[in-house]
Amino acid sequence: MRNLIIILKKEFKLIFRNKTILRMMFIMPIMQLILIPMAADYEVKHLKLAIIDQDHSTYSRRLIDKMTASGYFSLEFYQNNYQEALEAVGNNRADIVLSIPNNFEKKLIKEGEATLALAANAVSNTKAGLGSSYATQIVMDFSNDIRSEWILQPKANEIPQISISTANWYNPHIDYHLFMVPGILGILVTMVGSFLASLNIVSEKEIGTIEQINVTPIKKYEFILGKLIPFWVLGMVTTTIGLLVAFIIFRITPSGAYTTIYIFTAVFLLSVLGIGLLISTFTDSQQQATLFAFFFMMVFVLLSGLYTPIESMPEWAKVIAHLNPPMYFVKVIRAIFIKGSTFSDLLQDFWSIVAFAIFFNTWAILNYRKRSA
Amino acid sequence: MKKSVNTKTGRAGAFIKKEFWHVWRDTRSLIILIGMPVMMMLLFGFALSNEVKNSNIAILDQANDESTHVLIDRFEQSRYFSIAKMITKESEIEEVFKKNEVRMVMVFPPNFQAKLRHEKAVQVRLIGDATDPNTSNIMLNYASAIIRDYQNEILATSQAPYRIILETSMLYNPKLSSTFNFVPGVMTLILMLLGAMMTSVSIVKEKERGTMEILLVSPMRPLMVVITKAFPYLLLCFVDVLLILGLAYTVLEMPIRGNIVLLLLESLLFIFTTLALGLLISTIVDKQQTAMFISLVGLMMPALIFSGFMFPLENMPLPLQIISNIVPTKWFYSIISTIMVKGLGIKYVWKETMILLLMTLGFLGMALKKFKIRLE
Repeated sequence: MRNLIIILKKEFKLIFRNKTILRMMFIMPIMQLILIPMAADYEVKHLKLAIIDQDHSTYSRRLIDKMTASGYFSLEFYQNNYQEALEAVGNNRADIVLSIPNNFEKKLIKEGEATLALAANAVSNTKAGLGSSYATQIVMDFSNDIRSEWILQPKANEIPQISISTANWYNPHIDYHLFMVPGILGILVTMVGSFLASLNIVSEKEIGTIEQINVTPIKKYEFILGKLIPFWVLGMVTTTIGLLVAFIIFRITPSGAYTTIYIFTAVFLLSVLGIGLLISTFTDSQQQATLFAFFFMMVFVLLSGLYTPIESMPEWAKVIAHLNPPMYFVKVIRAIFIKGSTFSDLLQDFWSIVAFAIFFNTWAILNYRKRSA
Repeated sequence: MKKSVNTKTGRAGAFIKKEFWHVWRDTRSLIILIGMPVMMMLLFGFALSNEVKNSNIAILDQANDESTHVLIDRFEQSRYFSIAKMITKESEIEEVFKKNEVRMVMVFPPNFQAKLRHEKAVQVRLIGDATDPNTSNIMLNYASAIIRDYQNEILATSQAPYRIILETSMLYNPKLSSTFNFVPGVMTLILMLLGAMMTSVSIVKEKERGTMEILLVSPMRPLMVVITKAFPYLLLCFVDVLLILGLAYTVLEMPIRGNIVLLLLESLLFIFTTLALGLLISTIVDKQQTAMFISLVGLMMPALIFSGFMFPLENMPLPLQIISNIVPTKWFYSIISTIMVKGLGIKYVWKETMILLLMTLGFLGMALKKFKIRLE
């Protein structure tokens, strides 16, 4: 016990002396928490619309008005030449091209059917997909308008109607900040735990001071605890900073309890620290450790469900995702923040995280040999 | 051997050889440096998508009649949804959401079929868990479409007059695959990691360990000492570029529409940009951890955020859009996607190329100015 206190004192002194690590602890979380949610706005709006109007009729103008009034599109081009419109797409000056052919209005009224052509710049697949479905919706609405003008609503009551009411619970205003901030917070805790802790231990290996510790009567578990506890404390501090940033910058407060967040963070930190420790036993230079940590961070982040839903992954990726501790944490912290889930709602995830903590730490301790430098 | 070391080029050759040994010896890092692009390509290519597939939903069927069964069956068969739970009480909705069991709940009112037949109007409620707003919106749209299809079938209204047919075509990417988006993104990220971070760390490592002094007293010109350190990484960067393009072409079946020579030349230019950045960082710091910190916060993060591959650039608030212009990644990303995906030539990318070139020269100039022959 006395040994442990001495090691802890040494570790804290070292951490406070190393200004880089300290800055990393504070600047990185704040920057990430501010920048990424601001950047991560997936709402598709103001798509650049190019229109080739060869009809120049009342209807074509009405349709164009309807498109621009929807708020999804802003009219950037209005011309006759299809080639020029394609050129505009090549230059990124247009996202969607709608061409209204000759006799559009005449055909629609006389023949009861008319065709429009829509071309979307599909380099960005989400933008093209959403943009064309918005456009389809607007064109459908438009044809309904025309229909109701010509047919005098004779039997509206006789057509069976299923009306659909949709609701977006928990986030009715589709606020992406609410979605991203808690998720990023989860990733930050992962970074602090796995990356910084492994870097710290490996730097002792690289400098050679680990051999000095090895010749002292300090036991293996004391050394490891001495490394884990300071970073555990730092991780909790980072979480607190993150919660403050969420509140001060984005005005986001968890709808669940702070205690639930801290309980989960405390246990989750243990499991990522275990990963950090494990990385440090496999590497012998800081450069190597950074690479390893970066590699795993990439896998962790991409398979955490932070950006893309887990359900849409193929089976093999789902299996990996379920072996990915941050996946549980991101899910949990979002549920607490946004839905106000309670501890008992998330009990199953809690045990998963505990299991990870035990697994990684045991492996790391077994793998850490005091004698090898 | 001895003879060649005395000539100028022979000396440089010996140094380059030494640097290659440094990188080559560290097999574990080498595996990661090659494995990273492969991992990212496979994950982005096969595992990650914004598509909604097999999303769990719960159904609260208060009618339990023929019509609702038909509709539920439709949902069961749809590839977008999988019915995870049938619930019986309104209060359970909150519970299944809070436990993360489902992402959407569909509620049929009592006497659904009777209302539909006799009153001619009935309402279905769709409740999405908007914790993930995008997915929730997409699911609500798909679900609405399934219900509307059902309604159209019982009505057979598809032949209504005044119909507008919309022929949609997707330019450049008819299958709407996301491959086109992430391949240039993965490339920029890997090059930043290798060219800037790894190079700067490996130079600073020599400073930190004190071996830099040994190198500086050698007959090589100090500047050459540093430049030779960048050599193996230049090669690795190029190998990774080829690897990424190869994987994209073979495994992900992504056509490379533009001129491959132009593509490789532009990649080479960007490799030089990242190496110049790496050199610049190595001249201003003298601790590995600081170099990593600067690379991570100053280069990797902006590369991720501002390249336009993870987050759409045009949606960003104005200050961020302005900042994005000083991030080299943004320009490279735009060059690559124009050449590769749109198949356009130098005419469309010369502006971006010039900007990158100027940035590279700027970084190199700054690095040279800061470069000190002597260590303090």
